Amino acid sequence: MRSWWWKILSGLLVGYTIIGGLLMPVPRLDILNETIRNLYFHVPMWFTMIVLFGGAFFYSIKYLSSGNLKDDIFAVQLTNTGIFFSILGMLTGMEWAQYTWGEAWSNDPKQLGTALCMLIYFAYSILRNGIKDDEKKAKISAVYNIFAFAMMIPLIFILPRMVDSLHPGNGGNPGFKPYDLNSRMRLVFYPAVIGWVLTGCWIASLKTRVGLIRFYKEEKALQSDFEK
Amino acid sequence: MRAKYALVTILVLLITTTIAQAQTEMADTMRSNGKIYVVVAVLATIFAGIFAYLIYLDKKITKAERS
Repeated sequence: MRSWWWKILSGLLVGYTIIGGLLMPVPRLDILNETIRNLYFHVPMWFTMIVLFGGAFFYSIKYLSSGNLKDDIFAVQLTNTGIFFSILGMLTGMEWAQYTWGEAWSNDPKQLGTALCMLIYFAYSILRNGIKDDEKKAKISAVYNIFAFAMMIPLIFILPRMVDSLHPGNGGNPGFKPYDLNSRMRLVFYPAVIGWVLTGCWIASLKTRVGLIRFYKEEKALQSDFEK
Repeated sequence: MRAKYALVTILVLLITTTIAQAQTEMADTMRSNGKIYVVVAVLATIFAGIFAYLIYLDKKITKAERS
């Protein structure tokens, strides 16, 4: 394990969130009731997804400027992990909505925006699997990844804010505004976000390293073929 | 007379707000009888397992990188 301290930190932070998130006092709000604690678990999934997709965006640009296939491996694995976290975020959100909004899917602008964003990223993996040539695959998917990230910003950050949403804190819904995430909730929420982002990066780094090992192996095999 | 009225209104307000707060349903029984600790223990165990698995994978990949 190289540079292990941030991995241990991610474990400690997430562990603290589970204990503190369930045991620390929270504001008593109608409709939300005890599910206000979902803030500690559902929202960090989206933060992690955004950070991972941001990393993939960075490595896609890096690939286009360097042409190094290693950067492509970084971009792919960051995107895959980001998709994983987006699925977790969507599922936890729908479970929560079933009991607070009355139905799992209510065409809430934030739900629709993230669903579109997820579809765009699903198309990324399908696009990759459809191209045989490695260089071509890397180049096309890097360009597509940049487009996908550029689409994610309006879909997640801008459009849902222009209309009312059912989400807590939006359009006069009971939320965290009046108590402004009261300071006790912040004590758990911020560590939760940092812990989950680090965990997401850890998982992505593991997948990337496996991809790199495979890449070097293939390169070695090609070289030995060439020498024959 | 006025002071009395003011006192009564304040009292009524205080009582209604406390009642309103108590009416917001929370998992108070689970907390009072300590069952919430069972939930916390179960979740903590699951996450401890997942993190232990991540550490195991990390070590295994490090080994594979060296070879």
